Amino acid sequence: MAHFTKATSVHDWLNQRLAIDTLQRVLSKEYWIPKNINFLWAMGMVLAFTFGILLVSGIFLLMYYQPNVDTAFDSVNYTIMREVDFGWLWRHVHAVAASVVFLIIYIHMLTGIYYGSYKKGREMIWISGMLLFVAFSAEAFSGYMLPWGQMSYWAGMVITNLFSLGSLEFNGLVEWIRGDYVPGQAFLDRFFMLHVLLIPLAILGVIGLHFGALRIPHVNNQDGEEFDFEEEAAKYKAGNKKESKVIAFANDFLSKDMFVVSIYLIFFFYLVFWHFGFAMDPINFDPADGLKTPPHIYPEWYFLWSYEILRPFPKDPGLVAFGFAQVIFFLLPWFDRSPNAVPASRRGLFFFWFWAMVIDLIVLTAMGKLPPVGVYSLIGKVAAYAFIALWVILPFITRNEKRV
Amino acid sequence: MGKVFGAVAGVGAVGALYAMKKSWDPLPSVKAAGFTTIDLSAAEPNKLMVEKWRGKPIFVLKKTPEMVAKQSAEQTARDIVVNGDSFLICIGLCTHLGCIPAYREAKLDFKCACHGGEFDSSGIETKAPPPSPMVIPPFNVKGNTVVLGEEGEAYRKMKEAGVLA
Repeated sequence: MAHFTKATSVHDWLNQRLAIDTLQRVLSKEYWIPKNINFLWAMGMVLAFTFGILLVSGIFLLMYYQPNVDTAFDSVNYTIMREVDFGWLWRHVHAVAASVVFLIIYIHMLTGIYYGSYKKGREMIWISGMLLFVAFSAEAFSGYMLPWGQMSYWAGMVITNLFSLGSLEFNGLVEWIRGDYVPGQAFLDRFFMLHVLLIPLAILGVIGLHFGALRIPHVNNQDGEEFDFEEEAAKYKAGNKKESKVIAFANDFLSKDMFVVSIYLIFFFYLVFWHFGFAMDPINFDPADGLKTPPHIYPEWYFLWSYEILRPFPKDPGLVAFGFAQVIFFLLPWFDRSPNAVPASRRGLFFFWFWAMVIDLIVLTAMGKLPPVGVYSLIGKVAAYAFIALWVILPFITRNEKRV
Repeated sequence: MGKVFGAVAGVGAVGALYAMKKSWDPLPSVKAAGFTTIDLSAAEPNKLMVEKWRGKPIFVLKKTPEMVAKQSAEQTARDIVVNGDSFLICIGLCTHLGCIPAYREAKLDFKCACHGGEFDSSGIETKAPPPSPMVIPPFNVKGNTVVLGEEGEAYRKMKEAGVLA
């Protein structure tokens, strides 16, 4: 056993038992961040904060929510919204955060793509980030089921039907996932479990992996400059803070992160108090009814782009295209053949590829919301083909890229 | 020692996975509630009747003699004949992603507003994305009623004729 001496303070008592000084040094005071990164790099902290908000508001909702097909709808729309003091606040905070978290995830992802932050030893950061995206998608979907409104029910019906894998007709698998022939009590209970325990647990684990994946390759920077972190850190520790290209995470860089988080929170609570409606679909204020489909089923805005890749095709090709859209981003580090980890603006054709992808995703999102008729259907189809084509050409346009 | 440990752990893992798989299966009470009797005497020609079986909507459409006369052989093969009247009885879910199509009496067809799929009055898909006709559930004709969930003689004949697949 280690040698313990009489503690001189509470800090010393804890330090002898938990090594809190070492932890603080490794995790914050000597965790080095490049100086030349802009506000887009604060999105990670914004996400961590939003996840915290989701966790806390979720805990408060959990105390009155009832996972029962007969009472779930009222427990949300009557008990929490009208009876529980500030219940409306937790619900709106939770709903807005669930929607906004995807906006931030997309900004975070696109920032990573624009600056090439998935390359040269940073593949694990990208992959763990994509795993988080998938986990957040599952978390959002399972949460969407819980108010047990019409959109909950029919989204549950449609999404679980995807697991029949088209013409393979794996209906047994679908019934196994639901625990019933249709979404019912078993379905609601198990999605409740997934939403409040299993997926959040997985998310916490993958967040740990995502942070861990940063430690060795370190954060990329705005110029894609490769520098020796140890050398720069030594300069910083020796007092040459001005010459060093890095600063300590805490409290130096953290103050900048927190500034961005503060601006974000103003925007966030503006939405919570004045525009919470955007995160709630009117159709979900009708209780679930297995004998009545709403005329137009569409997912929340953040899933529209991949939904629109599924929709314009016949069943099986649609599923294949949908599956393609779900996994293809994972492979980005290998589809991009260029050795450059610099901003897209300095990479020639890739610059156009990036903006074409952004525009295509926006078009897919807009078309996904509109009814699938006439010209919308056609534009959606073209955009879906364009999405696939953009991925197919990526290795070719990046292979011959000049080294910068 | 390593092999013994591996074997014990393997048996344990398989057992645990089996238990996990089985506990997500539909409950016996859910399976037992899988039979529904529908009285067809109330049906009116060319008016869609919607019943419920295993939580799913069941379309019951009594066809008029004119409709039957105009049908192709493929369509007639899907008719369920009860007391001389021809019926379409199918699970009222689009075979694309499971939305409920609406019946248009004037056009004698079903339209799924979600993704634009269409079916004729025999439940056969006429416009993509649905890849196959609406599903005919297992049925047994008893007098003026049909029992859903039970495989009767007429159902078996349909199955043998390849109408259901």
